[in-house]
Amino acid sequence: MDTARKAEIFNEGRRQRRHLIDILQDIQSCEGYLSREAMQEVAAFLSLPPSAVWGVATFYNQFRFTPPGRNPVRVCMGTACHLAGGQLVLEAMARELKLEIGATSEDREFSLERVACIGCCALAPVVTIGESVYPKMTPPRVEEILVQMKPAEGRGKSGDGPT
Amino acid sequence: MTIEELFRQAKMNRDMLYEGRITHVLVGTATCGRAAGAMAVLEAFRRETAGSGIDVRVTEVGCMGLCSQEPLVIIIKPDNLTVCYHHVTPQIVHQLVEGYILGDDPCLDLALGTVSGGDGSPVIIPELESFERQQRLLLRNSGFNSPLEIDHYIACGGYAGLANALKSQTTQVIEEIERSGLRGRGGAGYPTGAKLRACSEAAGDSKYVICNADEGDPGAFMDRVLIESDPHALLEGMAIAGFAAGARQGYIYVREEYPLAIERLQRALAQAAEKGVLGSGILGSQFDFHIEIVKGAGAFVSGEETAMIAAIEGRRSWPDQRPPYPAQSGLWDKPTLVNNVKTLALLPQIIRNGGEWFAGMGTKQCSGTALFALAGKLVNTGLAEVPMGTTLRTLVYDIGGGIRNGRQFKGVQIGGPSGGCLPESLLDTPIDFESLKQAGAVMGSGGLIVMDEDNCMVDTARFFTDFSRRESCGKCTPCRIGTCQMLRMLEDFTRGQGTLQDLDTLQSIAEDIRATSLCGLGRMSPNPVLTTLRYYRAEYEAHILEKRCPARVCKDLTAYYILPEKCERGCDHCVLACPAEAIFSDGQGLKVVDQVKCTKCGSCEAVCPPEYNAVVRLSPVSLVPAGRRTRPETP
Repeated sequence: MDTARKAEIFNEGRRQRRHLIDILQDIQSCEGYLSREAMQEVAAFLSLPPSAVWGVATFYNQFRFTPPGRNPVRVCMGTACHLAGGQLVLEAMARELKLEIGATSEDREFSLERVACIGCCALAPVVTIGESVYPKMTPPRVEEILVQMKPAEGRGKSGDGPT
Repeated sequence: MTIEELFRQAKMNRDMLYEGRITHVLVGTATCGRAAGAMAVLEAFRRETAGSGIDVRVTEVGCMGLCSQEPLVIIIKPDNLTVCYHHVTPQIVHQLVEGYILGDDPCLDLALGTVSGGDGSPVIIPELESFERQQRLLLRNSGFNSPLEIDHYIACGGYAGLANALKSQTTQVIEEIERSGLRGRGGAGYPTGAKLRACSEAAGDSKYVICNADEGDPGAFMDRVLIESDPHALLEGMAIAGFAAGARQGYIYVREEYPLAIERLQRALAQAAEKGVLGSGILGSQFDFHIEIVKGAGAFVSGEETAMIAAIEGRRSWPDQRPPYPAQSGLWDKPTLVNNVKTLALLPQIIRNGGEWFAGMGTKQCSGTALFALAGKLVNTGLAEVPMGTTLRTLVYDIGGGIRNGRQFKGVQIGGPSGGCLPESLLDTPIDFESLKQAGAVMGSGGLIVMDEDNCMVDTARFFTDFSRRESCGKCTPCRIGTCQMLRMLEDFTRGQGTLQDLDTLQSIAEDIRATSLCGLGRMSPNPVLTTLRYYRAEYEAHILEKRCPARVCKDLTAYYILPEKCERGCDHCVLACPAEAIFSDGQGLKVVDQVKCTKCGSCEAVCPPEYNAVVRLSPVSLVPAGRRTRPETP
């Protein structure tokens, strides 16, 4: 985080409890996650015990405590997506990326999350990777998309390709 | 400036836009449009028209609520038809520019219909049957007016309601709202006028208005669409509520997952302050009202009013015991009015047209309109606004167009994880707070999801219970432990385990949670279980007694099977797609799924070419013929 942005986040006008969530959101949007050090800094800034900051941060779904991948994969598990087979898509993602839900790959290339409804129910099931939205997903399309994203790498099985 | 001056100015600006010789291209760029590719369409229009020599203005608008038709584009051409086009792609853009913008061919084969309305009257596409049964109050400007330009809103009568209110006494404003019979659109249906009066009469100088835009129901998106399409209706409504309640500060608690809604709100707030319709001394009066946006950090429970107050105060979003109600003691222990987006956005029209006008719509008990997000297996998914008292059948069939692909209707889930699943026999239930409650569902947020014969009701109950369990805040025991217990039993049923007696136990746990949870979300969390037990008991029994999932959804009770008479032999699609290497060829080249290796991922079914359609799901798994279950042992 650069100094200017930091000064903006920790500005005097926000030295109140009610800005706690706001500050945590800003830090996460800069650094991608909340580090232990960052949360301690927030606690000191707001004169709160670190446990209070940790308690709030862990309560909300938005906050993460490990760095996300460069390509954050989010599989929508809203109602419409579930009814259209979202679970199979999520499982296919986990299998193809060899990642558990909530985890980041060792090379930090991908992370996998499930999210509750991104409000594109007419396009169910939906996956987002970074800013891109992939509508009407199926397990084979998961493979196709990932093949396009990492063309240089050898795929898990020999002999298969996009269908 | 007075409202009259603002109106004259805005109207002039708008008329210059629409009554001049300019052709307008309106591209729906709400979140749903963007997901379908609207930004590429917007770019394409800008690029294609840039050097055309014709005066063309390309404008971003919100959403008309026709999600299944996105991306949508409206072309307004002087002295010509105003036409709405659907499923627009950058390739189609070229055709439209050549055909209609430069030429005289309105390209009707690409059109959804013509557009009428605007100028304050609801925007509709008269050719579409789905508009006939609708009454669009909240959606009247959506997808036509630019959410980025306050003048579009003012020119359609915007902020006139606030101006009216400011000329009256606060009691007169409250009486008008009481006369309208408006009830809270967040789900519970508490009379808005009574809430306002309680807050207005509560002692104290500092009072607050909170707009609940947390919309946590997975499958509901009305509030997002309203904010992205017509943000000023909400801002004006909040200012009116603030005036009536005696508050000078408002907060909009909006989900962080809605970045575009937040961006459009911020822009609208800045423009409203600039025009003097928000801020200090609004429209030359003594009334000050400021609005701040608070971004929610993702917790379903934050939609409960006391939990939302905790979140705004920077605490864990835990609900509190009521009373005291927020109207007496809310944010920072001050009297606080908490209302949903739709409730607040209706206030400007109620003040402008009078309470009687609003009370004349809908039913006697429930006046006005209800806004639903239709999703699931319908032909027409999207938003629909209908008068209260309309039946579910009208929503599902006349507006939703019935079930896709000729499948059979099975149920409709209203109100998301807090709501209930209603069967075919209850489709004639009128939509109002009391009738839905009696049927076991709730009006809730307005999410309405339609299920067909391919959806399993036990799995659906499991899905919602899993959601409630994940989102339980943990403060009270019945919800925290009870949802876990319900989930375990439901998971057993989806695996064909459990006994009929377990169904009674499930019922009694569900009733206990309903009776003893602290907050409304906890109390309503067993609704999906209770309604599916009530209306779809046979489906539970099939799972338990016959190890059969009638919809062939529950994995442990379903097998993938390749029909030998349909398999094409030479095509290896399924073999290549199977991640478990579970598909092999028998002696004749026919494909067989090894049931031991199969992980039931569905890949083979998805890739089998439609002309063969050889992969089917069977339930119970014993239906797979004995000779075709595993690869024969090789010596």
